[in-house]
Amino acid sequence: MAVEKFVGTPKKATTHTNQNEDLMFEKSSPGKKAYRLAQLDVPAVDSVALLGDSVRTDLGVMPELSEIEIIRHFTRLSTWNYAIDLGMYPLGSCTMKYNPRVNEAVARLEGIAEAHPYQPESLSQGCLGIMQTLSDALIEITGMDAITLQPAAGAHGEFTGILLVRAYHESKGNPRKKILIPDSAHGTNPATAAVCGYEVANLKSNAQGMVDVAELERMVDEDTAALMLTNPSTIGVFESDIHKIADILHAKGALLYMDGANMNALVGKTRPGDFGVDVMHLNLHKTFSTPHGGGGPGSGPVACKKILEPFLPTPIVVTKADGKLGLEYNRPQTVGRVRMFYGNFGMFVRALAYILANGPDGLRQTTEDAVLNANYIRAKLEGTFDLPYKTQSLHEVVFSDKLQAKNGVKTGDMGKRLIDYGFHAYTVSFPLVVQGAMMIEPTESESREELDLLIDALKQIAREAEENPELVQTSPHTTRVQRLDETTAARKPILRWKAPAAPEPVLVDTAAKEW
Amino acid sequence: MRYLPKSPVDREEMLAEIGVASIDDLFSTIPAEFQLKRDLAVPRQHGESEILDRFREFAENNAVGYSSFLGAGVYRHYRPVIIDSLVQRGEFLTSYTPYQPEISQGTLQAMFEFQTMICELTGMEIANASMYDGSTGAAEAIMMAVRVTGRDGAVIARTVHPEYREVIATYAQHQEIPTVEVGYSANGRVDVAALDAAITKDTACVLIQSPNFFGTVEDVAAIAEIAHAKGALLIVSIAEAVSLGIVRPPAEADIVSLEAQSYGVAVGYGGPYCGVIACKEKFLRQMPGRLIGETKDKDGKRGFVLTLSTREQHIRREKATSNICTNQALVAMMTTIFLSVYGKQGMKELAEQNLAKAAYLKSVLGASAGAKVLFDGAPRFHEFVLQLPKSAEETNAALLGDKIIGGLPLAKWYPELGPNASLWCATELTTRKQMDAVAAALAGKKA
Repeated sequence: MAVEKFVGTPKKATTHTNQNEDLMFEKSSPGKKAYRLAQLDVPAVDSVALLGDSVRTDLGVMPELSEIEIIRHFTRLSTWNYAIDLGMYPLGSCTMKYNPRVNEAVARLEGIAEAHPYQPESLSQGCLGIMQTLSDALIEITGMDAITLQPAAGAHGEFTGILLVRAYHESKGNPRKKILIPDSAHGTNPATAAVCGYEVANLKSNAQGMVDVAELERMVDEDTAALMLTNPSTIGVFESDIHKIADILHAKGALLYMDGANMNALVGKTRPGDFGVDVMHLNLHKTFSTPHGGGGPGSGPVACKKILEPFLPTPIVVTKADGKLGLEYNRPQTVGRVRMFYGNFGMFVRALAYILANGPDGLRQTTEDAVLNANYIRAKLEGTFDLPYKTQSLHEVVFSDKLQAKNGVKTGDMGKRLIDYGFHAYTVSFPLVVQGAMMIEPTESESREELDLLIDALKQIAREAEENPELVQTSPHTTRVQRLDETTAARKPILRWKAPAAPEPVLVDTAAKEW
Repeated sequence: MRYLPKSPVDREEMLAEIGVASIDDLFSTIPAEFQLKRDLAVPRQHGESEILDRFREFAENNAVGYSSFLGAGVYRHYRPVIIDSLVQRGEFLTSYTPYQPEISQGTLQAMFEFQTMICELTGMEIANASMYDGSTGAAEAIMMAVRVTGRDGAVIARTVHPEYREVIATYAQHQEIPTVEVGYSANGRVDVAALDAAITKDTACVLIQSPNFFGTVEDVAAIAEIAHAKGALLIVSIAEAVSLGIVRPPAEADIVSLEAQSYGVAVGYGGPYCGVIACKEKFLRQMPGRLIGETKDKDGKRGFVLTLSTREQHIRREKATSNICTNQALVAMMTTIFLSVYGKQGMKELAEQNLAKAAYLKSVLGASAGAKVLFDGAPRFHEFVLQLPKSAEETNAALLGDKIIGGLPLAKWYPELGPNASLWCATELTTRKQMDAVAAALAGKKA
């Protein structure tokens, strides 16, 4: 008896969609559904009669898919991402620490997730209690006197903080003209100063990468509104002259703004309020473990000294005469609102859960471990890579590609090669004061074993840079896509999918091949 | 501490390898006088079960078990359960901004899909990968219009969400952007004659909201014509994104600032939400925020990257289009999943249900003794202003006894409407039973 031969598809196994998931629009077909609305319990209406000319007739390319296809679509996409949950994410200045899952659980409790921002204060005591408890903890951690939780991210916090500075100076009769910003600062700092109507004056770092105190003294004058300082700096070093810096500013009536991006190096060990800072922001998505989520949401509370408190955005949480919590709107000197409602409340819930999980002992141990990890990496890799600044590191260490660049291997290349070893890249080419910077921040979340893996990988890459530079220069080699053409992406931007103009001819391979 | 993966021995050995005697040696750059020598006065370390208990207690002190008729820029819509199962995948939840595209294609492709759907829904040509929220998005849109036109004024409808207008005032104050507000007419729409009169040769843009704060759908085409005739741009702010399933997109606008919270994002006491700016392609270079673009790798394989970053703060510093850095990526992911669930048919059906529910609520409340629905002469989506015989505060206080949260009192922002006006909302989640109950309670009887 003739056995019918099995005829396979002509596609190779590697073309399975789990490696080549199309855009959802390309997978869509008319009539598929992933929803079923509840039965309508009121009379249906004629939308054309109700809306007239304002009625919509077409939803264009919006997809039509079933639920399992949507689950697979996003699950497949997710496997193309690197994540903290997969391994170490040594991005300097980003503080990629573990995002505890209990944070997610409490943020989704019904009474919290379903609270409407305009529900009566008497029925919002829980939410207000969360804000109050978090505010108290952050004030204690920073050593400041007052706080607003309203800003939605770090840069938004900077904006709010500089508005406070401006309002303070205006209340003294002169808003002043310029903000001093060190050349090692995050790009958000000068952008923020500009949005607040200030000129930016660039402050050069000294040979140790620190604030040049003499230069600062020369630059600060009656037109200086504030210095925006990241401490520890973006090279991971504590500004030991911080109090002198504060004194120089204060002597001329200027204020000290601290960018709290690197607060993970300080919590429980020192407090900005104690060393002369007047106003600062925190990044709850860095120091306080709320997830980065592929780029947001963040949350950027701003803490300040008493002198700036009258200017805080409205509303603020207060305890009323009857002991209940309430929202205070009547604040005549406020800078106004920086965001609707009260901020990224869901992030407050997560940050507070993190603080409760740690307690004072856990917070201090966290800081110590973060600093221990960075110094361990520094000790193990100094010599393999150039260390431009020898000053004691706190939570991050900045090497440069100087030794490898001789062979044409740049920081960006080695960052990409690190991907092949199972890590995310470190921060590449930042801070700008270091030529070819390689900025590594391990955070406290890495075990010694994971650190050793990273150290081994970087040593191996340094060796490859000597022996086989091209291997590094063309990396990564193990990812789903290779280096992408970013030049064409910017020159001829394609920013949305468009349905093909005419139906494309369907190519059917009629001569099915045999296996 | 359970989040810290080190044993005491690990710590000791690592200190030895670094070559220091104690951990405090690593903090020696902090002057002694500023070193904290005590425990922080924060709550003690809690076990996981204690954390859950603590937050359950907070949750119970909120409004649980109430039926609510609040909207006003934040809307309770059904959130398909797959949203949370997908966004809690660690690969989405715990990844950073996709600066390394080779290992971030998941986030990048999803955001490209987000941009595509936002364009389709708003009738715009390009969209960014999110802003903080609708209020800051509207402020950034105005700053963008100022850059595009080289003019410096903004004309803003008073029917734009009051808190959006407060945020705009905060942003505008130090940028020398003078703003003028224009009122509304008897049908709740923007006063077109006043608007026309307010636009001058220095006006960079007109900002309206549609559906506006009173729930009324604006005549976008007519307003666009007026703005464009004087060389100003039209910005349309949309606070209720579900409306776009049935309301014509504001295609005549130049910039659309959308709050996408309605697309599957919990009301969550005010955030995080998801703003987004969409616009005509010709304004691309002035767009704030991150953009995802399609490209290819060297083998010709399609991939996505962050693009046109020369607009942004990390390159341009003080000359950037905005200081924004972190956006609302994971929330944008939620909205992307929501939109894929409802899709082409579902978005329309969902919006129609909202129309039907609000029409029913309006009919039962409007029929109660002494009540009057204001602004009834123009199309609306799912909100309306109700004038009641007693003050809105008093009425609401009484309704709380029946576990009902009534409409939002408006006197704070619109004193001219008097103390008795409030803003009511019904969505697909508002049941007939709840609506009948509130009507009965207003009539002084139990449903």
